[in-house]
Amino acid sequence: MADHNPFPGENNTGHFWDDNIRELNNPPPQWWMIALWASLAWFILYGLLYPMFPVMPWQSQESGGFTRGILGWSSIQEFERGMEQVTAVRAQYEDRIADMSAEEILADPGLTQYTLASAKVIFGDYCAACHGSGGQGNPGYPVLADDDWLYGGSLAKITETITNGRKGAMTAHKDILTEAEVDRLARFTVELADGGEGSEAGWALFNEKGCTACHGQAANGILAELPDGTIVTVGAANLTDSIWRFEPGGYESARHTILYGVNQPGIENTRDAVMPAFGDAGGNLEGKLDSNQIKKLAVYVHSLGGGQ
Amino acid sequence: MNETPSRSSGAAIDALYAEAHHWDVNTGDETIHAKRIPGKWRRIKWLAASVWLIFFLGPYLRWNGHQAVLFDIPNRQYHLFGVTVLPQDFWMLSLLLLFFAILLAVVTALAGRVYCGYFCFQTVWTDVFTWIEEKLEGSPPQRRHLDKAALDARKLRIKLTKHTLWLLIGFFTGFSFVAWFYGAWPLWRDFFVGNANLAVYVSVALFTGGTYLLAGWLREQVCFWLCPYARIQGVMLDRSTIVPTYDVARGEPRARLKKGEPTAQPSAGDCIDCNQCVAVCPTGIDIRNGQQEGCITCGLCLDACDAVMDKVGRPRGLVRYASLDEAQGRPVKAMLLRPRVWVYTAILGLALVGIVYGLSSLAAIELKVLHERAPMFVQLSDGSIQNKYTLKVLNKSEQDLSVRIRAESAVPISLIGAEEPLRTTSGEVKPMIVFVKIKRSDLDGERMPITFQATTELDNGNEINAERESAFFGPARGGTDE
Repeated sequence: MADHNPFPGENNTGHFWDDNIRELNNPPPQWWMIALWASLAWFILYGLLYPMFPVMPWQSQESGGFTRGILGWSSIQEFERGMEQVTAVRAQYEDRIADMSAEEILADPGLTQYTLASAKVIFGDYCAACHGSGGQGNPGYPVLADDDWLYGGSLAKITETITNGRKGAMTAHKDILTEAEVDRLARFTVELADGGEGSEAGWALFNEKGCTACHGQAANGILAELPDGTIVTVGAANLTDSIWRFEPGGYESARHTILYGVNQPGIENTRDAVMPAFGDAGGNLEGKLDSNQIKKLAVYVHSLGGGQ
Repeated sequence: MNETPSRSSGAAIDALYAEAHHWDVNTGDETIHAKRIPGKWRRIKWLAASVWLIFFLGPYLRWNGHQAVLFDIPNRQYHLFGVTVLPQDFWMLSLLLLFFAILLAVVTALAGRVYCGYFCFQTVWTDVFTWIEEKLEGSPPQRRHLDKAALDARKLRIKLTKHTLWLLIGFFTGFSFVAWFYGAWPLWRDFFVGNANLAVYVSVALFTGGTYLLAGWLREQVCFWLCPYARIQGVMLDRSTIVPTYDVARGEPRARLKKGEPTAQPSAGDCIDCNQCVAVCPTGIDIRNGQQEGCITCGLCLDACDAVMDKVGRPRGLVRYASLDEAQGRPVKAMLLRPRVWVYTAILGLALVGIVYGLSSLAAIELKVLHERAPMFVQLSDGSIQNKYTLKVLNKSEQDLSVRIRAESAVPISLIGAEEPLRTTSGEVKPMIVFVKIKRSDLDGERMPITFQATTELDNGNEINAERESAFFGPARGGTDE
């Protein structure tokens, strides 16, 4: 501290070093100080209005761990209000869908659009894991976007499939047929799938071994067609089209299926093909779908590309 | 440490400080009370400022029973006279912005901060605010006197009137701004009875407060310390840019006129150091120090100097619009010889062509085609391949249209799902799912081009088409054939 001020008239504080280094008294501008105090006031006001100060931070807000604020605002309330708004927007569609059949929904372009958007989420949650995000299927899990259906592609059949699930069955023939017979039948299915007529010997063996019981007289998986057009199947594959039930398709796949069957208990290498039931069979909705959701899903799956 | 260098460098620093003391930088310590005098540039300034009347009156223009220009944000429609622009056409906005950015650049390169001096809302609003101030409080000395005077009934009355008028102007600025978006008639109907939405009230409040603060209190400080344009425009000037210039050769040395002396002193320059150029400057600078960041090139000092020169019987133009080259006696390059002018003009032209093309080719419908990706394609039971497409048809016309969809490719295809025409609603996008089926034997690759076409007929019988290219995907050759 110098006794005399060598820089009179300058707004210095009177602190000097090395003759000419001195501390100047330059307070922050007034607007800056106003902004500072305004920020502080804001902080306190905010803290009073909104949850902020931890009183007992080891406790949750509900049990008084934090000040709740005068306004009583909380993010979970805001979220719930938002969800209520969404539900209110959807209600106009949901109410109508609840009273309509899947066929009626498909006949209304606006409702179909809503249903497809809404069901896409349900499909992603419950179906996409096996059938793929766009119904493109996975090895062992059928493609939903094509026109080949094991149990029928009408809205009624799709609804039935989703509600009750499906579990196909095919006998394992490794102890029933000879190696040569299995070979002949496997080659027979390849002939049919490639668009051929099928050899006479193949048809003979197909009929003789009782394959018709499930795959039908025409090997197309259809057992009977009712007068109203409904098709009766037991879920056996249509052997005459070019789509294979089990990947990768072709001779080896067919031979494997004939030898070990589908869903045969106690048989090693048997094909595993089970679709779980998503309906509310026992009145217990846990993790399953209600009838509205199933209705929407049926419309969605029907619209993927192969609905009948 | 060695004593001598530190002492000498200390002295040098002291010299720097002494020099800094003479730097005259306007930091708003003192309110600038500029004198207003009539003149040529003053008239031009009012004329240029009157362009802003469009801002206040534009929302009341009608066109075919609608507001002529309405930026309808809630409905995402932008009405420009007969044309409706939807967000999908907003690439034109970027061209419009480019156009004005380059216009700013070209004007600045040629004639300096013309925008700042004549058109900028900060300049214009400040001008109007200070005009009101002068009407109420009197000339600059009277205003300074009033500012210093103790608060009495008269001062209170004057100040109250002034601030009320300022706030009113601020309010109508905000109100007119919102009218472009909300619609002028609905705004008058809803605003004063509390029926407008919160965004409207907040916007008007922000504009009212902002205008009052910026034009009433901050004034030239905005140009000095807040405005980015001022900085950008400053660096775009060059030696040939025409700006208000003090003719140093003619003016110096300055000499004050004294009573009784002849008006022509051979030894002195033409500047009589009357400081009128400083007195009228709205940013409070001295143009005789040369072009500087505070100069908004408004030309008011030209009027002031010319008036004084007329009085003392010397030629006008001691302060005039001139380039640095001209002022320093260098050869002046013709405007058209400067490459800058050509480059700017070319960009301006391109942007303009784009906007005109965009506005003239706004189709009534727009078609978008989204190819399904999961799965890319599906094999059907008869062996043919099916692709799924989501079509989105945007109806930009003002009527509901029935749109027919067709698809074409090099090979025979069947289009499923487009048998019925799509009903579209004015101003909305309607999605539609269609399937395209191609026989396996007709496929000649994994990817084939396919063209979708949407056709519709307007009420006036005009047929309108929209086309979109997409692709059809199939399995790789020989991939899953066996």
